[in-house]
Amino acid sequence: MTGSPSSPADQSSADPVAQTAHGPSGHANAKTMLRPTDTATAPLLSVRDLSKTYDLPRGQSLKAVDGISLDVMPGEVLGLVGESGCGKSTLGRCLLRLTDATSGQILFEGQDITRLSERALRPLRQRMQMVFQDSYASLNPRRRIGDLLAEPLKVHPGPDGRKRTPAVITGRLHDLMELVSLPVTALDRYPHEFSGGQRQRINIARALALSPRLVVADEPVSALDVSVQAQIVNLFADLQAQLGLTYVFVAHDLAVVRQISTRVAVMYLGAIVEIGETDDVLHHPAHPYTAALTQAVPRPEVGALRHPPLRGDIPSPVARPSGCRFHTRCPAVEDRCRTEEPTLQPVRSGHDVACHFPLAAN
Amino acid sequence: MTADTPSSSGAASAVASANVAAQPRPLGPWRQAGRTLVRNRAAMVALATLVLVTLLCLFAPFYAHDIAHVDPFTSNVAGSIVLDGHEADIMQPNDNPLHLGLSPIGPTGHAAYLLGADSQGRDVAARLFYGGRNSLLISASAAVLCLILAACAGIAAGFFGGLVDTILSRLMDIMWAVPVYLFAISLSIVTVSQGLKLGPFVIEADNLLIPIVIIALVYVPYAARPIRGRVLALRQAEFVTAARCLGVPRWRIVLFDILPNVMTTLVVLGPLLMALALLAESALSFLSIGVQAPAASWGTIIQDGEGLIYTRPMVAVAPGLAIVIVVLALNILGDGLRDALDVRDAARRSA
Repeated sequence: MTGSPSSPADQSSADPVAQTAHGPSGHANAKTMLRPTDTATAPLLSVRDLSKTYDLPRGQSLKAVDGISLDVMPGEVLGLVGESGCGKSTLGRCLLRLTDATSGQILFEGQDITRLSERALRPLRQRMQMVFQDSYASLNPRRRIGDLLAEPLKVHPGPDGRKRTPAVITGRLHDLMELVSLPVTALDRYPHEFSGGQRQRINIARALALSPRLVVADEPVSALDVSVQAQIVNLFADLQAQLGLTYVFVAHDLAVVRQISTRVAVMYLGAIVEIGETDDVLHHPAHPYTAALTQAVPRPEVGALRHPPLRGDIPSPVARPSGCRFHTRCPAVEDRCRTEEPTLQPVRSGHDVACHFPLAAN
Repeated sequence: MTADTPSSSGAASAVASANVAAQPRPLGPWRQAGRTLVRNRAAMVALATLVLVTLLCLFAPFYAHDIAHVDPFTSNVAGSIVLDGHEADIMQPNDNPLHLGLSPIGPTGHAAYLLGADSQGRDVAARLFYGGRNSLLISASAAVLCLILAACAGIAAGFFGGLVDTILSRLMDIMWAVPVYLFAISLSIVTVSQGLKLGPFVIEADNLLIPIVIIALVYVPYAARPIRGRVLALRQAEFVTAARCLGVPRWRIVLFDILPNVMTTLVVLGPLLMALALLAESALSFLSIGVQAPAASWGTIIQDGEGLIYTRPMVAVAPGLAIVIVVLALNILGDGLRDALDVRDAARRSA
């Protein structure tokens, strides 16, 4: 998987994935698509100080996402990890404007989409898609797979700016089924006739129908059997390499994230506490929370834990602790942590951490 | 960077695809529900009863002209019929000691005046079938109209929420606060006495549209509320979010994602609403503010029989029984539909 980005001009001009998915010419196209260009440093998606607050009764409010800033480069896979309730799914939904952020800014391909109307957003939807966690709930049980997959193709104009003809749509559906390794006969069937893994393949096919550049995957494998998880993660990885996709991959399973991400962002109580290259973050965590998370992954080794396991539960996001949001559970808490909130600071190149006393790399 | 078929997932899904391909072409959820319904004996008996009653009512003119040889719409107090070779008056002297007053002929056991005559000497059996046409037509049309209105209101309120929901829901609450029959009676009295003038359109007082529209209107809140609840749940469904994410316009989401899932609710509500509408129609007609004489409905026949309840109870009992049978059958059919259309159930069966 190369990190080299492609030029937005190449991608937005036409239907690049459709081309790569077709026949033998796909190979060459995929290569030219990933040629580094002068826009190499332009992020595909930028988030600036994004917050999402839910108002609760009795004047309380819940900050699900608390001032997050991050950049997603074209062609990279950003893993978003954290315990359940840390706001990672909310963040994922905000990125695609499925949930409206309370404040902050979302830039997609350099365009501010934070306040765009649903209608103005529609053309952009072709280039940003989502795969949901619940593979059954995200497919209308009363429609055949073929109808479900054809829906985006009917709604959006083709690459030539005109409505897609039924023949074009049928062809695309067959390509999509091949892409996710399902038989064409599946198009005639209903969602409940498939297993969880097969349904997730259908969801992936639907997300890819319009050849998006960005795919936000919201815990796409956490509802699946472990044996099926690996297949689906592999499918994600293969498709990413094949089509030059960019993923924001939300997960709570570090093993899954390790397998697919180029970079990983660790979230705690609505904020990013550590972000960096996957291997760097997972092997040399600088934040005590990340360190504890890596310890929680079962390992086929005998030996003492390098870091003590976490105690206590994640605090309520309604009453967030003062100072460092992690200080109530931190094994190395100091007085300063209780009053002063740490900001994301680089510990090494491309590796930021929000901690007053980052752990040393060993 | 390879464009080869992904090996790991490819091998696994080959197994997965094999068991998909092995099955015969799948039935849609509607067909599947149909099969479940066919296996439900009570619902099938109910359906057969309804079909039979409908057919009998449809053949009312044939029955009146060619079997009974009677005219069910004109008074026949002076007439007589031939029974077993001797002539009998339609209106016969009472069998009280002084033979004061006249009673219509009772059930004859013959094709003519099978169930006897009413106080105007008209054939009750023939009127029963003609009345059934009106009663069934009005209740079925009212149920359909009510469902259409309720679906529009329920979907609008549930899907758009906010101000639309507030206005529609409060309107429903106000209608709900007035007893249905009182509401229907008030509307009927106004329209039946004056007809309905809407600008250039004048609907005569005896037009069947009047009871149809009134009955449909008064039951809208009863049907709209469950539909709104279903839509509220559906709006939160992940597949609606997925459709939004795909950039599907709202009208398409309503038409292709919300409506098909609400359709089951509509289908289940249909027979139940028709039963309610039939009862309401009978009540209005009984009070002479529904179907207008000389046309018949089961409600008007019961009213005709009211004065004869001690001497010729059959006049009131026959249409009463017809109402009970049809309402019961509609309820059983509705229950069967509800059981058959449970989507989750269908998924469990096929799993």
